[in-house]
Amino acid sequence: MSTLLDVRGLDAGYGDFQALFGVDLTVREGEVVAVIGANGAGKSTLLGAIAGLVEVRAGEILHRGEPITGLPAEAVVRRGIALVPEGRRLFPSLSVEENLRLAAALGRPGPWDLDAVYALFPVLRERRDIPATALSGGQQQMCAIARGLLTNPELLLLDEASLGLAPAVIREIYATVPRLREQGITLVVVEQDIGQALQVADRVCCLQEGRVTLEGRPAELGRERIREAYFGTAA
Amino acid sequence: MSAGARTTAATAAPARSPLRLSVPLTVLAFLVLTLLPLWTERRVLNDLFGVLTLFALAQYWNLLAGYAGLVSIGQHAYVGIGAYVLFAAGIFLGLDPLTGILLAGIAAAALSVPAGLFIFRLGGAYFAVATWVAAEIFRLLAARITPLGGGAGTSLPPSVMELLPGVVEIRHLFGVPTGAARDIVLYWTALALAAFALWMSWALLRSRPGLALAAVRDDERAAAGLGVDVRAVKFLVHVFAAFGAGATGALIFLDIGRISPAAAFSVLDWTAYVIFVVVLGGFGRLEGPLLGAVLFFVLEKAFADYGSWYLMALGLLGVLVMLFAPHGLWGWLERRFALEWFATRRVPPASAVPPYDSRSSTQREGRSP
Repeated sequence: MSTLLDVRGLDAGYGDFQALFGVDLTVREGEVVAVIGANGAGKSTLLGAIAGLVEVRAGEILHRGEPITGLPAEAVVRRGIALVPEGRRLFPSLSVEENLRLAAALGRPGPWDLDAVYALFPVLRERRDIPATALSGGQQQMCAIARGLLTNPELLLLDEASLGLAPAVIREIYATVPRLREQGITLVVVEQDIGQALQVADRVCCLQEGRVTLEGRPAELGRERIREAYFGTAA
Repeated sequence: MSAGARTTAATAAPARSPLRLSVPLTVLAFLVLTLLPLWTERRVLNDLFGVLTLFALAQYWNLLAGYAGLVSIGQHAYVGIGAYVLFAAGIFLGLDPLTGILLAGIAAAALSVPAGLFIFRLGGAYFAVATWVAAEIFRLLAARITPLGGGAGTSLPPSVMELLPGVVEIRHLFGVPTGAARDIVLYWTALALAAFALWMSWALLRSRPGLALAAVRDDERAAAGLGVDVRAVKFLVHVFAAFGAGATGALIFLDIGRISPAAAFSVLDWTAYVIFVVVLGGFGRLEGPLLGAVLFFVLEKAFADYGSWYLMALGLLGVLVMLFAPHGLWGWLERRFALEWFATRRVPPASAVPPYDSRSSTQREGRSP
């Protein structure tokens, strides 16, 4: 498997606050990498920096060997990297379908069109004319994922997809991950829910206070070490 | 859509329009206004000219501030540029005033590009101040144009006004003197510019770039994350608003017949009042400037004689509206009666999105790995 994304020595943050310190992350084509860590560990900042939404202070981000550090977000999207942001962030003044159409109009050409995302999440087709924020939480998350897919990414960054959702809904959403892999999409998934993350991930990267504390295959690392890296001390 | 979905949508989106007649009624209103010169007196047309031009300026400012999030306090720059270009086109090139108005809009749009390149480097309050600074620079430059009277300004020669198209035909058709015929042409031009401002804003918001603009208004960061070139969208709106202000400014000063840097680049007349109209009527909704312009005009007619007391009362009214009806009077009506005349939105933007970094602690905490 070739390397799709290579993050090297990344420092990033907002204003006076530095959230990431020398973070390294390698994502190979076709795999699912889970980034886990406690609240405020820097997981969302990492995804934001890759997506071009957070200022990078030092280090570099390579996409297929080419530097994309500091590229504006819209250019990153056109290279095939899409972020499904934490909190869904749907546009409230647009309908479900308008939210989707907007992404479809701006992304790259590819297999994902309206029909394809409606096939993945049939409930969105049923409710396509209502305001996006009138959807239930789980449906909003589906809409946000569909919106990301419509830009036809090769790398999808999924930030806290399970936030605030009921377990059954979370399972429903994560059930689509194998189907995305079949389509050749590489995923970086940020999760606070370790159980969920370990289930879908080929590799896991644990962040703690902006630094990578553990990285590897879940089976090889074992639950105990992951737990330890997550909390920072031998809990 | 299931019945359940319908209820959710209804509760979440009270602004979905129950007024199916709004488009035909708007067209009808436009037709009535077009035919108005047939039976109204000149005074009424002159009053309406004021309302229509104020509405056009307000609509462009609303597009800038209410939709693109560009709070400019320097739109008077483009009104002034438009006025000066009209006079220059008439005096030096011998162009008829209607062509001059078009040229004024184009010139204002063209000059807004270099101005924008500087202004867009700044954000928030700095952006607003920079727009004013740019307007001051344009005013000072206008005062340097000696062939147009320098700092004292100049009058539009009657020979230019005589080039106004359609006057002779209207004089014959309506059987009115030349002055009244001119007023009818100016009124129709104002009506056309106002209708253009409204129609273009509506069409823009409903078009594909309009989706991007609505997305930018809702959530800039999320829009950027989906590939919307936020800066390009805003720049486009900035240039379009300059075009509108330039053309409208040219028409206003064609009617006045005299320019000076102080009058053409008046921050009070072409920016402060315009902002007041939008705040009063409703920010970020197409109906707002319409309601605001009419109300402002009525207030001015009724109370302008009170001089500075009137201005103080206007200021107080503005403060009260901002405090108690932050989405303007139309926004208040919209909520109170769940109506939307020009349906461009599905949900009132008041259901504001939380800022990107705000995190609901109840959701985030209490969750263990």
